[in-house]
Amino acid sequence: MTTAIDKSIQRREAWDKVTGQAQYCDDLPAAGMLSARLLTSTYAHARLRSVDIAAAQALPGVECVLTGADCPQLFGPLLQDRPALARDKVRYAGEPLALVVAVDEPTAEQALRLIEVDYEPLPPLLKPAQALERGAPLLHGQGSYKKVLEDIYPEPGTNIASHYRIRKGDSQSVLQKCAVIVRQCFGLPPSGHLAMEIRTARAEITAQGQVLITTSSQSPYSVRKQLAEAFLIPAGQIQVKTPLVGGGFGGKAAVCLEILAYLASRGVGGKKVRLTLPREQDMATAPCRLGLEAEISIGADQNGLIQAAELNYYLDCGAYTDIAPYMAKAIAVDCSGPYQIANLSCDALCVYTNHTYATSFRGFSHAEQTFCLERTLDMLAQKCGDDPLQLRLKNAIGPGCTTPTQVAYSAGLIGDLPQCLEKIQPLSCWDGGGVTKIKPHTVRVKGLACFWKTANPPTDAISGAVITFNPDGSVNLNTGAVEMGSGCHTHLNQILAERLQLSPDQVHVVAAPDTQVAPEHWKTVASLTVNMAGRAVLAAADDALSQLRVNAGLALGCPDAEIEIAAGRAFSKKNPERFIPFKDIVQGYKSPAGQSLGQPVIGRGSLMLKGLSLLDPYSGSGRTGPDWSLGAQVVEVEADLRTYTYRIISASTAMDVGRAINPELMRAVIAGGMAMGVSLASRESFAYNSDGIPLKPNLRTYKLMHIGEEPDYRVDFVETPEQGSPYGVRSYSEHGIIGMPAALGNALSRAFACRLNTLPLNPERIWRAATEGDS
Amino acid sequence: MMKKYEGKTVIKLRVNGQDHEVAARPADILLDVLRQQLGLTAAKPGCLNGDCGACTVIVDGWPIKSCLMLAVEAEGHDILTLEGLGGRAAAQKAFVAANSFQCGYCTSGFLMVCHALQNHYSELPEEYVIEEWLQANLCRCTSYQELRRAVRLMYEQTPPSGSPRDSRPPATNVFPAGKNPL
Repeated sequence: MTTAIDKSIQRREAWDKVTGQAQYCDDLPAAGMLSARLLTSTYAHARLRSVDIAAAQALPGVECVLTGADCPQLFGPLLQDRPALARDKVRYAGEPLALVVAVDEPTAEQALRLIEVDYEPLPPLLKPAQALERGAPLLHGQGSYKKVLEDIYPEPGTNIASHYRIRKGDSQSVLQKCAVIVRQCFGLPPSGHLAMEIRTARAEITAQGQVLITTSSQSPYSVRKQLAEAFLIPAGQIQVKTPLVGGGFGGKAAVCLEILAYLASRGVGGKKVRLTLPREQDMATAPCRLGLEAEISIGADQNGLIQAAELNYYLDCGAYTDIAPYMAKAIAVDCSGPYQIANLSCDALCVYTNHTYATSFRGFSHAEQTFCLERTLDMLAQKCGDDPLQLRLKNAIGPGCTTPTQVAYSAGLIGDLPQCLEKIQPLSCWDGGGVTKIKPHTVRVKGLACFWKTANPPTDAISGAVITFNPDGSVNLNTGAVEMGSGCHTHLNQILAERLQLSPDQVHVVAAPDTQVAPEHWKTVASLTVNMAGRAVLAAADDALSQLRVNAGLALGCPDAEIEIAAGRAFSKKNPERFIPFKDIVQGYKSPAGQSLGQPVIGRGSLMLKGLSLLDPYSGSGRTGPDWSLGAQVVEVEADLRTYTYRIISASTAMDVGRAINPELMRAVIAGGMAMGVSLASRESFAYNSDGIPLKPNLRTYKLMHIGEEPDYRVDFVETPEQGSPYGVRSYSEHGIIGMPAALGNALSRAFACRLNTLPLNPERIWRAATEGDS
Repeated sequence: MMKKYEGKTVIKLRVNGQDHEVAARPADILLDVLRQQLGLTAAKPGCLNGDCGACTVIVDGWPIKSCLMLAVEAEGHDILTLEGLGGRAAAQKAFVAANSFQCGYCTSGFLMVCHALQNHYSELPEEYVIEEWLQANLCRCTSYQELRRAVRLMYEQTPPSGSPRDSRPPATNVFPAGKNPL
């Protein structure tokens, strides 16, 4: 019987969150701190002739003003190409170019207005296609970036920051011979993460030279690493703390504000400085979601069996790369979708433009790639006269197949798509995707999309867990995983409680990781936390159990092997009526006669991912992630054929989660991902004018969904356990978003009998596509 | 009578039933004074533009975005923040039971809207009324279904009574049986 998993246990921090006691970074006391503010570029692309800070420096209350001249280093986790503050050139509207530290925010803002910037405008590159043209200006000239990791392939003399290839079989000659061929082009705009908590960071440098950073980050260990490397500070002298994070969605995995906060503190002799971005800068200055252009060609036989595909993706990474090359790699790795395509060719390019730079976003480029692929598959189904679901079912990846990177399929590793397609039918009331007229000008239509995703961590990513005990026999769990809403602390609690056969309320998860205290956890990203930190927790639990057995054996006077642990007690297997509670043995054991026996128990567990490899630069073969997750999604719309408006009625997901270790928490997180996908697909984009200036970097005009606009969300699980992960659970927390834009695009394209190959799907766009025959 | 404030002025704010004296500039917003001077950080900055509702507090019974109210405007009014609810409000219990939040950053604002809603409507109002009230706020994590469910659960509970903490459930609570409590 389970004690803690397969149960819908509430979030461990639930009561802190409904009483206001939950502390986020900027909730910590700020008395005595200086305030920093950023001046940002008003041009998308310009040479900086001069930045005059004299008047700002002279303003009473201003402690320091920094510009690009104060920080020669370049930053970036993969390619070092980004200055902390722009030097010589600005490459996107919103790029930080000066920083003011003052006694308070109003003074800092006043000082910003006194800085004079002289720009020489340059023509902006606003689309990957434009940046790839022969003769396009180079955003990063020769030698202006440095490779950090080996599998980044910038092409000198172009705006290509990296290029990944998949070559499997012979796509070119097979595609030509196919009975049915569909070729489509797609263009998807960048957009924002819009976590409700704006980005914020604090820094202080002590007299001893200790750098203290408190930040709203998904990757405190990356903050430590990047600061240490850039400023040549021993890593042990940097301490990064992350309280609860108010939503991340990938946007807080980039190291950005922490560098500026460190520079600010350094500029004022190490005093405590607080840097918070106003929402407008959080949208235009901090990294955003990628844009994507694509050309897709898919060929099938008369029966709709896919024979070959040629896929070209151009990822709009904006002005700097951050993690975008790996998002291009992620597109290549999963480019076939969860289908068997024997002849496959894919080129995924990461291209510089003068947009705000992109970083990881929920789905890690899969929602965008899936939109292009699944829209094309729907057109293929239409051409073949197939039910869209049946077309996907007959092409589903299964035994005997390999992934694009030539990893062999097994249900345990990848998941069971046919079962997801089976379950999505009753859940969504699937009707074959037909158009049902419900009023003279109103139709109801359902659209389907499937998705899959593996992760792209470094091949040597690590995690760890330390468990200590309290005098009441309860356990403290210390990991480097950040709780940002995805419920990872609750899952880790469940995993530990289950292994120790305790009730979840006897496990206390340390809420705010601190790099000096918690064992390193790569990053809280890629939905990998339950897998990676979970495995470290299991190892720590096993370590603690073996120590508990020793102590119990000594206490009960029997060999360790005879000890069994359950319900907070250690038993003798031979005499189960003889037991001793945890509280008497967790700190060692003291016999009634006062003799000390055994040792205090401290469990330790760690993990380094194994079996992952770099991709072969030509064929793309290799393995990037520990497992896959896959699923099927349906969106139902009610469309008005006269006004080109629509209402989303329902959205359904059937997903292979491995094991539903907390059904309600998992349902809610998947539904949340679906909500973000529906919002993204129906209304979200960063709009730029022809000069590359963002038109609506605020929540007044960049509309997110409000209550009352949401469809009925339905979630069901398939449970094919993954062999390597704790209790078989797969990565699931970001996946709800992935197929939503595609499913909506498919539904609306059928409803309005047109090809919708861009996002967001607003009435104007639909009207244009329906009346002009193109989107 | 219009009162004129110049420079930093000491003003009196009544927050969660207690009187406080704070020094505020005329341009200081209520949100900043609550957070920075009174240490009441449940109300959150999200946009400082009235768009997201994370900073919502209750003023004289009405949900008010504290980023859009000057501290000096709040003089003489009764301000209630999430801290003032302790742990006893039906809305708080309902939010936990309905799994109505993930990251928790918008939660304080939504809770104040729901609490004020219950004070204005003693019976569960119609769905459009609930939507009208809750549309003032944004949540980026949940699907909103969980928030609707919380409003219904809030009305199913008996009115608050007793000391702030005595109605907290035990630490480990399991959602109602079945895979989908909605």
